[in-house]
Amino acid sequence: MVTSTETVAFDEMVNNATESVAHAINQPGGVRRHYEIIANWLKEQQDSALRARHDEAELLFRRVGITFAVYGNDDGTERTIPFDILPRIFTAKEWQHIQAGVQQRVRALNMFLHDVYHDQRIIQDKIVPAEQILNNAQYRPQMQGVNVKNDIYAHIAGIDIVRATHGAEAGECFVLEDNLRVPSGVSYMIENRKMMMRLFPDLIAKHRVRPVEHYPSLLLNTLHQASPQHDAYVNVVVLTPGMYNSAYFEHAFLAQQMGVELVEGSDLVVKDDTVFMRTTQGLRKVDVIYRRVDDDYLDPEAFKSDSTLGPAGLLRAYQAGNVTICNAIGTGVADDKSIYPYVPDMIRYYLSEEPILANVPTFLCRRPKELDYVLTNIHKLVVKEVHGAGGYGMLIGPAASQSEIESFKARVRANPNNYIAQPTLSLSTCPTLVESGIAPRHIDLRPFVLSGKEVRLVAGGLTRVALTEGSLVVNSSQGGGTKDTWVIG
Amino acid sequence: MLSRTADHLFWMSRYTERAENTARMLDVNYQMSLMPQSDKAVEASWRALLDLFELTNDYLSHHDVITPSLVMAYMVQSTKNPSSIICCLQSARENARAVRGTMTTDLWESINTTWLEAQKKIKQGTLNVAPTDFFEWVKFRSHQSRGVHIGTMLRDEVYYFIGLGLYLERADNMARLLDVKFVAANEYEGDLLTDVDEFYYWAAILRSASAFENYRKVYRDAIKPKRVAELMILSLSNPRSLVSSVSNVVSVLNRIKNAQSGAIEHDAHSLLSQLRDLTIDEIFEQGIHEFLTDYLYRINRLSGSISQHFLLPLVEVDEK
Repeated sequence: MVTSTETVAFDEMVNNATESVAHAINQPGGVRRHYEIIANWLKEQQDSALRARHDEAELLFRRVGITFAVYGNDDGTERTIPFDILPRIFTAKEWQHIQAGVQQRVRALNMFLHDVYHDQRIIQDKIVPAEQILNNAQYRPQMQGVNVKNDIYAHIAGIDIVRATHGAEAGECFVLEDNLRVPSGVSYMIENRKMMMRLFPDLIAKHRVRPVEHYPSLLLNTLHQASPQHDAYVNVVVLTPGMYNSAYFEHAFLAQQMGVELVEGSDLVVKDDTVFMRTTQGLRKVDVIYRRVDDDYLDPEAFKSDSTLGPAGLLRAYQAGNVTICNAIGTGVADDKSIYPYVPDMIRYYLSEEPILANVPTFLCRRPKELDYVLTNIHKLVVKEVHGAGGYGMLIGPAASQSEIESFKARVRANPNNYIAQPTLSLSTCPTLVESGIAPRHIDLRPFVLSGKEVRLVAGGLTRVALTEGSLVVNSSQGGGTKDTWVIG
Repeated sequence: MLSRTADHLFWMSRYTERAENTARMLDVNYQMSLMPQSDKAVEASWRALLDLFELTNDYLSHHDVITPSLVMAYMVQSTKNPSSIICCLQSARENARAVRGTMTTDLWESINTTWLEAQKKIKQGTLNVAPTDFFEWVKFRSHQSRGVHIGTMLRDEVYYFIGLGLYLERADNMARLLDVKFVAANEYEGDLLTDVDEFYYWAAILRSASAFENYRKVYRDAIKPKRVAELMILSLSNPRSLVSSVSNVVSVLNRIKNAQSGAIEHDAHSLLSQLRDLTIDEIFEQGIHEFLTDYLYRINRLSGSISQHFLLPLVEVDEK
C-alpha cells in the first residue's frame, strides 16, 4: 500500500506511523531514539532558517559544479540534484545487519558470475533455468572461459534497499535491485556529507557520525588488487563516455580523488593486445580500467562497431590477461531483473547460508500463472522492464490512469519475458524539506560494495528521496533528490 | 599527462586570457570614445578594433552601422561571435569542465563562478549601465584565476600547460593591440592629434595593458609613442611585454619537452633572441607594422607546432 497523505508520518523517525510529526516530537518516547537528534534540533529551528540553509546548499552545489545532465531536456543541460538537508539515520545495529546482508549478497553474485562464465553448475543443478542466463541479452559469450583476477567480476556493486513500513514486515529491509554494471551515485554520498559538515558541523561532531569520505581510497585499493601485474606501479584509469554523460561529474570526481587519469575512448589505443594511453610524453601502458561505459560501447571490434567510446581491441587485451576491466564485461547477466528473483537461491547454493536480506516478492511474467496474476492485479503492482534502468519503462499501477494501464497490459502480453512485477511496497518515509514545510517523502538506500580480496563498504550510502508527494520514484532523472546517510553509535 | 587533457588545459587558459585582453581593448576604446572627437573618428576607432580581431566582415553581416554600443554588445555578449567575451568565458569553462579533475577545486570554482556570474551580469544589463565596471570585473576575474593557478596548483605538467596557453595568448593579443593602435596613429598623424590628444591616446594604450604607472616609473618623462612601443615590446621588466611573454613560453617549453619537441624549442629560442637583441630604433627603421606582422606569423607557427607535437594525439611510435 502506498502511504496515503492523511496518515502523515515519518515512519523512519517515529514509532507510531499514524501520528503527526508535531505530535510525535512533542511526546516523550514518540520519536525513535536515534532520530531524537533531529527532532530536538528541528524544534529549535525557524522555518526560514532551514530554508536559508537549503538555499545555501543549492548554491554551493552549483558553484562546485555538482551537476548532472538530463537526457531529452534541451532547456538547461545541467541540473543539480536536489539535496535535502535533513539526514537519514541508522543505528549501528541496523547498519550491521544491512552490511552483513549486502556483503553476503555480493559474494554470491560474484560466485554466480564466475560459475556462469565457467562450469555453469547452477544450470546443471537446475537452480536457474539455462535460457534465463544464456538467452539473456546481457550474457556475453566472449567471456566464456576467460579467467579474471581473484575471480571477481563485480568489483563495485550498488545494492538498492528499501524499508517496509506496514504489515508483518514493518521495519524490515528488502533488496529492491542489484546494480553490477556501472552503479553511480557514490560521489553524492561523499559530497552530501561534505555539505552537511559545512552546514551543520556541530551536529555531525556531537553525534559521532561514521565517516564515508575514505571511499575513494578503498576503491583505489580494490582496483590495485585487480591488476594483472605486480610491478611497483599500477596504472589505473577511469574510462568515461565524456563530459556530456549524465554522470560525468562523478567520473571526474572519482578520478581526481584517487589521483588517476580520467580517459575517454580516444585516449586509449591497443597494440599487441596491450592497452596504452596517449600522453604528452608518448604512449603509456594501462593496467586497470575502471570503466563507466556500458559493455556494448567498450570495443568497436567486439561489440557495437560504430562506438568511439572505447578502443578497438580492448576485449582481446582483456582476454589475453594484459588489462583488467572493472566491472568485468558481462556482469549484467547477474543484475538483470529477470535474474533477481533467483538471488536468494544463489546465496543458499553457493554459500550454504540463509539470505540475511530478503528480496521484494517478484512475479515473473514469463511464467504463465504469474502473468495471469499480474494482468489481473496490475493496478496494485509496479511493472518493470527486465532490462530497464533509471525509472524508465515502468508502470506504477496505483498511480496510473486506465489508458496507461491498458496500453502497458498490451505491451506485457506482447512480450511477457520482458517484464516482472512487484507489489507496491509501503516504502518508509523520512522528514524532508519541501515547499510547504517539512513533509514525509519516500526514500531508499544504495550502499556501494567493493569486492577484492575482501568485501568492504563504508558506513553509509546514497539515500535517494522521491520529492514529489506520494511518489515512489527516487531516480534523479525523474525528480528524485538525495539526503546524507548517517550511521551513528 | 594525456594529450587530450593538455589540449583542454591549454585552451582553457588561452580563452581566459583572451577574455581578459578583449575586455582591456574594449575598455580603452570605450574610454577614448568618451573624449571630444568627430563621429568619423569614433567610427574609425571601433572599426580598427574589429579589424584587430579580424571580425569586421562578420560584424557587418549582422549590423549595418558601426557604433560603440553595437560593437561592444557584439564583442561582449553575442553568442553568434565565438570571440565575444561571453563565448570565451564559456569555452574556458567547458574546457575546464572536461578536465576539472586535474586542477584544484579552487581553480575550477574560480573559472566556473566567472562563467555563471558573467551570464548573470549580462542578463542584468551591466554592460549598458556601466561598461567599464564590467570590463574591470572580467579583468579581475582573470587576475583571480591566475592567482589561484599560481597559488594552489602543483608544479607539474598541468601547471605548465596552463602557463603555456596563457603566455602564447598574451604574446599574440598584445602584439595585435599594438599593431592596430600604431597603424591608427599613423593615419591620424598631421590630422588631429594635439599634444593633449596624444597624451590621452598613448596613456589609454598603456592603461589597457596596466602599464601606465610602470611607464612613469621607468621613464619619468612625457609619454612618447616610441617609448610606449619599447616598454610593450622589448622591456623584460614589464610582465605584459612581448619579450616577457616569449621568454615565459621558452621556459615553460623547457619544462614540458618531449622526444619530438626540439624544433619547437629552437623556434621559440630564436624568436626570444631576436627580441632581446633588437633595439626600438631598429624596429622603427624596419617599420613597426612590418615587425609585428612577422612576429605574429612566428607566434602563430609556434602555436601550430605545439598543437601538433603535444596536444593532438602523437604520431604513434612503437615503444615498449
